[in-house]
Amino acid sequence: MTAQVILSYSIWLAFVVLCISFLLTVWRVIRGPTLPDRVVALDMLTGIVIGFIALIAIRTGFTLYIDIAISLGLVGFLATVAFARFILSRGGREGPQGETVKADMIRALAAPVPEPRRGARKKTAAGTGPAVRRKAKK
Amino acid sequence: MTDSILAILTALLVLSGAGFALVAAIGLNRLPDLYTRMHAASKAGTVGSGLLLLAVGVHAGDLSTFARALAGFFFFVLTAPISAHLLAMAAHKVGYPLYGESVRDEMKDYDKRI
Repeated sequence: MTAQVILSYSIWLAFVVLCISFLLTVWRVIRGPTLPDRVVALDMLTGIVIGFIALIAIRTGFTLYIDIAISLGLVGFLATVAFARFILSRGGREGPQGETVKADMIRALAAPVPEPRRGARKKTAAGTGPAVRRKAKK
Repeated sequence: MTDSILAILTALLVLSGAGFALVAAIGLNRLPDLYTRMHAASKAGTVGSGLLLLAVGVHAGDLSTFARALAGFFFFVLTAPISAHLLAMAAHKVGYPLYGESVRDEMKDYDKRI
């Protein structure tokens, strides 16, 4: 048994193991229960896909795949940072087990779409602009 | 001789990287709350993908390829804690709870202390 044969078998075994971990992580994405859990699992999915790309690079011998893996890692990092900002700005509208969001979604789907009123532009109340406030301070 | 040593080293790196990814995925499913799951995913998952990238660099046997793979490894190792920290801080600030049997929460009244 030469070293190349061992390498080939171990690459196949690594493919199988990565497939199992990919499916386990997808299960966490589906089950949730909250949004940050899903974001963590998506970050993990990016890492596993980078592993797949590295295995394909070893099998085919194209080392250009490394650059693809690095750029995928950059995209995954930026996506996670953006999701963190989103969670921070969205606030705690979700219960600990995510029931509130489900109820919200059902209510939003069941509600009739309101007609936009003609000329319903938001107006600033009179006397609250910055100039008025500046005068009041004097 | 050198080729076979490199092939064995690559096989070891590939297997250990896939094993770390599997451990991270099992941890993601078995751990009880968001913060512990984040601990599993960001540490073990990063090491898994990083070891697989290093395996590519070792297998090519070329200095420039190895340097690129090493750069990718360091990039992942540097960015994974940042993203996990941002996500944990956002989730904690918004109020996602810890596991019920957690012993202490050092960030509990962080807003009052600063």
